[in-house]
Amino acid sequence: MHLKYESQLREPLVYGDKTYHQVTEDIVRPIEAKPSRLWYIGFFTAVALLMFGVYSVYREVTYGIGQWNLNKTVGWGWDITNFVWWVGIGHAGTLISAILLLFRQGWRTGVNRAAEAMTIFAVMCAGQFPIFHMGRVWMAFFVLPYPNTRGPLWVNFNSPLLWDVFAISTYFTVSLLFWYSGLIPDFATVRDRAFTKLRKRLYGIASFGWTGSTKHWQRHESLSLVLAGLSTPLVLSVHTIVSFDFATSVIPGWHTTIFPPYFVAGAIFSGFAMTQTLLLVVRKVFGLQDYITMGHVEAMNKVIVLTGSIVGIAYLTELFMGWYSQNKYEGYTFWYSRAYLFSPYGWSYWGMMACNVLSPQIFWFRKMRRNLFVTFFMSIIVNTGMWFERFVIIVTSLYRDYLPSSWSVYYHPTIWEIGFYMGTFGLFFTCFFLFAKYFPTIAIAEIKYVLKTTGESYKDKMGVYEAQPLEQFAHDQTHH
Amino acid sequence: MAKKKFVVGCFDDEAVLFPAVKKVRTAGYKIHDVYTPFAVHGLDHAIGERETSLHTAGFIYGITGTATALSGIGWIFTRDWPLNIGGKPHFALPAWIPIMFELTVLFSAVGMVLTFCYLCQLAPFVKKHHFHPRATDDLFVMVIECTDKTNVDDLKGFLSSNGAKEIDVQVAETGWWLGSYDKNEVLFENRTVAA
Repeated sequence: MHLKYESQLREPLVYGDKTYHQVTEDIVRPIEAKPSRLWYIGFFTAVALLMFGVYSVYREVTYGIGQWNLNKTVGWGWDITNFVWWVGIGHAGTLISAILLLFRQGWRTGVNRAAEAMTIFAVMCAGQFPIFHMGRVWMAFFVLPYPNTRGPLWVNFNSPLLWDVFAISTYFTVSLLFWYSGLIPDFATVRDRAFTKLRKRLYGIASFGWTGSTKHWQRHESLSLVLAGLSTPLVLSVHTIVSFDFATSVIPGWHTTIFPPYFVAGAIFSGFAMTQTLLLVVRKVFGLQDYITMGHVEAMNKVIVLTGSIVGIAYLTELFMGWYSQNKYEGYTFWYSRAYLFSPYGWSYWGMMACNVLSPQIFWFRKMRRNLFVTFFMSIIVNTGMWFERFVIIVTSLYRDYLPSSWSVYYHPTIWEIGFYMGTFGLFFTCFFLFAKYFPTIAIAEIKYVLKTTGESYKDKMGVYEAQPLEQFAHDQTHH
Repeated sequence: MAKKKFVVGCFDDEAVLFPAVKKVRTAGYKIHDVYTPFAVHGLDHAIGERETSLHTAGFIYGITGTATALSGIGWIFTRDWPLNIGGKPHFALPAWIPIMFELTVLFSAVGMVLTFCYLCQLAPFVKKHHFHPRATDDLFVMVIECTDKTNVDDLKGFLSSNGAKEIDVQVAETGWWLGSYDKNEVLFENRTVAA
């Protein structure tokens, strides 16, 4: 008897002749094996980068914001560019785990765990920038609204910057809860096959005493579904609110109503690119090709070409509106500061166009979508392009304001600004290396759940049912 | 907490488990629980569990969040410290929508996860009795509670004839206690165990 049935037309999500036990073996094996030399090299490189970042931040905290090259018009530079870039990357995880869950996209099960981890680490990196951009970071707690002895002096609840505080911290908290609640049953799996006392103890703590009781699973399913339902508008709201940081201002280049959907599409675009970068490495290093299949890679490339094109339309719409509004400041920003190749920052605009709009079009071809080298290369290109996009939005709108006497200074970062950015790469990859080594990188229980409908060997046996008339199939499925 | 006696039957296929659950219940045995490596849909209803109300709790937490944001900001900006921002209204509802939304989601998510952990007694350092170590791997473990009238040998035979692969009798604590998993636990040794 088959409890579920899926058409053979759909590609299997799990390759090979797998049993439930084999799934456990395959996914837990990298956790139980000693890390490879490559892992150590990668991990310590990441830690070294992190240390450089810590030193850069130390200088900024000790000597002040003057360690960065921000000037009288470019008050937001690399720091806020990097903030928006990281937050954008942090969108794919929740999109995959929440929106694709609601849309019943079966392929999300193979990639959601790693993508959610990526989300959490990316948001952690993003948060550093506005916090240290405050300058006097020891007063960062002033953003929290609590009855205080300063009046009480409250925060401005009408400000998009405060909305951001709420949006990012809520997003981080909810993503973390979603991720961890999914991890509990998988930690229990690792715990129950631990072969040293220490592992048993630590995974015992991490698994919260999970037993796999039917009632607990029922609640777990309910929890996942509601968290997915909550996260879906949440993930859209976060980048919308980040875009409000710009869109509610009156700066030419920022003051546009297209920003929320444009930012959200861009976030999904860059998030999927980063997911590709990481997962292509993970599947190769841990030998998880049976679980993160070519079908997964292709599905994500489809999302990349779709969102890349949406972003492209947004760029063109902005240019059109820059002309159509007949506002000369808007026109100057869009047509001179950005789109004119030989303006001071024209290179960044055309870099953005080439990376985000033109090159992803290659994914209209199935052959390219299923080519790992092209995919990996494109994932780097897209993330570079998305960094350019944020740089373009922030710096080209600021470097020439209404007062031509302020125009002279060309903004370029100091080594400590770059160091801070490198440091967040260090933080991100340090966390990701630890995650890949000690956490199940694929949701074990979810794979088992879809195994008998989408596993290759099970699908092969479905041919009999495919040929049967519907009445016969229905008859056989009924208990007698 | 009291210890109870259980007959434990392990199945290796959910397709065998379902008819067995039905037969065991029809025969009048009391299923204590079925431990599965993943969420088997329909099993909760098959063993007679009612639908969970966790989502209702989530809704209540959510509207609590909305109300907290609205009343908090409303009080601060109209009563406690009315701030003149460009002559705009003190009660600026549209500008509060983002924070109201975020707090709705935050309260709902945090509240639901805490409620989930409370209902399922999940927390760090919590320990429970596990009837079979492979219940989180590839076995579906049906645990039947024995009463004074239960004939254990009959029940074992009954489970066996319904497809259980491994059957044993265990006396176990049903609740939870604080403890760590490296004490009095068998470590996983046969690393190449066949499925």
